[in-house]
Amino acid sequence: MASRESDWEGVRLHVVTGKGGTGKTTVAAALALALAGEGRRTLLVEVENRQGIAQLFDSPPLPYEERKVSVGPGGGDVFALAIDPEEALLEYLEMFYRLGRAGRGLRRIGAIDFATTIAPGMRDVLLTGKVYEAARRRKGTEPVYDAVVLDAPPTGRITRFLGVNEEVAGLARVGPIRGQADSIMSLLRSPMTAVHIVTLLEEMPVQETADGVTELAKAGLPVGGIVVNAVRVPLLKQAELTAAAKGRLDRAELAEGLAAAGVKVRDPGVDALLVEAAEHAARVALEKSQRRAVKTLQRPTYDLPLLTGGVDLGALYQLAEHLCRQGMA
Amino acid sequence: MSAAPSRTLDLDAVLADRSTRIIVCCGAGGVGKTTTAAALGLRAAEEGRTVVVLTIDPARRLAQSMGLSELDNSPRRVKGVDESRGGSLDAMMLDMKRTFDDVVFAHATPDRAQMIMENPFYQSLSSSFSGTQEYMAMEKLGQLRAEDRWDLIVVDTPPSRSALDFLDAPKRLGSFLDGRFIRVLMGTAKTGGRAYLKVVGAGLNAMTSVLTKVLGGQVLKDLQAFIAALDTMFGGFRERADATYQLLQARGTSFVVVAAPERDALREASYFVERLGEERMPLSGLVLNRVHASGATGLSADRAAAGSETLDESRSHPLAAGILRLHAERMRLIEREQSLRGRFTAAHPRVPVVDVAAQPGDVHDLAGLRLVGESLAGA
Repeated sequence: MASRESDWEGVRLHVVTGKGGTGKTTVAAALALALAGEGRRTLLVEVENRQGIAQLFDSPPLPYEERKVSVGPGGGDVFALAIDPEEALLEYLEMFYRLGRAGRGLRRIGAIDFATTIAPGMRDVLLTGKVYEAARRRKGTEPVYDAVVLDAPPTGRITRFLGVNEEVAGLARVGPIRGQADSIMSLLRSPMTAVHIVTLLEEMPVQETADGVTELAKAGLPVGGIVVNAVRVPLLKQAELTAAAKGRLDRAELAEGLAAAGVKVRDPGVDALLVEAAEHAARVALEKSQRRAVKTLQRPTYDLPLLTGGVDLGALYQLAEHLCRQGMA
Repeated sequence: MSAAPSRTLDLDAVLADRSTRIIVCCGAGGVGKTTTAAALGLRAAEEGRTVVVLTIDPARRLAQSMGLSELDNSPRRVKGVDESRGGSLDAMMLDMKRTFDDVVFAHATPDRAQMIMENPFYQSLSSSFSGTQEYMAMEKLGQLRAEDRWDLIVVDTPPSRSALDFLDAPKRLGSFLDGRFIRVLMGTAKTGGRAYLKVVGAGLNAMTSVLTKVLGGQVLKDLQAFIAALDTMFGGFRERADATYQLLQARGTSFVVVAAPERDALREASYFVERLGEERMPLSGLVLNRVHASGATGLSADRAAAGSETLDESRSHPLAAGILRLHAERMRLIEREQSLRGRFTAAHPRVPVVDVAAQPGDVHDLAGLRLVGESLAGA
């Protein structure tokens, strides 16, 4: 992992999206680990107020503060941050306007509450603004983070989320807000950003991935790779799968095999096992056809195996290794 | 398999109960929420109820399965439904902007409405900003209910935690309208036409200068013009938000939380259950989609795995070895799903649950939806 070229050299902001339930947060965390090679620092950011990162790394809920949560398999540091829109707004006002007491005054009259909860879209402006700040932050001439990985909103919302600053630029024709919105959009549209999409080999997630690729490209946002999550290894041979799908597996042969294995299965059990084999065959066939659909998108694609035991820290490292090996990091 | 929950969710009873007028499906994204809403609607219709299903951004093929090809914001009759018991099924997809426009036209004079439509803030607010969707879904629900053409409305909610943001709408609108922020904003708006200037004090002037500094003069002016134009509508907004909130709390409404037996989805389900409880919203129970089962639970994962190893060693019966491995994996998955389910039911013992078996493929047509409906009913 040391200093081998990855497919995404020069990318500083990795945005990870995907349909709900595809494992976006897990993939984002694995990518942040994978990118933390020797001497590097990565920041993993979440914006949906779910504390998903804390759950994954088995740590207490994250405050609005960058905390070290782990060390990557390559030896680099992984930091994490859960962005809170209200805190982000106060921080922003302080940083750019040095508002101090006046900032607190805004909170008292309800302006902060208005901006972060009632005014739709402001949340996204603040969240993307904070991500921009972290990605661009420097200490001297060196960037503070070599890579920022954003556990982003789902595919259905991602284009709107990333494009919110263009909307702002449309509202504010001049002035400080316009300037800020323009800088954020130009980072998000630059080769320093890649929007990766996580999918499963199922119809709806693959369809949403295809729609996402089209929408992002249309909005001028850089589409990154596709991460195929929870890939199954077929447990039967092709000929057996074909027979299983047609309901033509040799029942007598199976019963004989079970006896040879010393496994006692009472009568309906053997048929139940044949049903399981048929379901497996249907699933493998479905994945195959979805794999073809993913291929037509012509994006770099990375596979992550299905983890039947669930995801813990050890599993995250395993997934990170998979991503490194395939050149995503 | 571990202990069953204390209660099973009987959705057929919910559908058959004529006093059930609204069913709200909520849950994390990717758990089959929209499919569940559509399947419940179809089942109720075929049992004889007059149903409309309101969906938010359905997957294309699901929309096609109900014959919905366009987003036109008005309910359409779904063809191919068995109407022999006197029921029918309408379905629609939410068009956020048109719903918002309708609200404006309903509450403002034509001149005022025109001004609002042309304001850049309104254009962004109504069409592209996220967050508006949640509010508009509830607005549409209120409209459908007021039309009184259906005896059952099934609503799908947007796929995020903010799906429950609409519960906060009355409170938020209230605190905003009674708050000082709006007075500060309007204090400098000479176009407002109201006597807000009276309340402007030295402190407020300082605030406006801060706002000018942060927002820039032009943005502040547009925002003020927008608020001023909406001014006459705020009362109406609040009334509607209050009415919807009461409608949701009322007898006749039934919340169904949808999840899959995965850690994240069940954590979100717990959040929804708790939140609905806090707001005293009527919760029917949890639909647990994609639950795996086996007809050979008597054969444990360990014994199946050991058996496959025995066969591997003797290099015989590869088919049986493969199937035993398959079964071992299936049993481990079932064990894990049952333990996650058990954790949920232990934390929420009074929430009835119904399991829906995992389907090998997606739903493409009414026949598929009908099958899902049967599973939902525990049939």
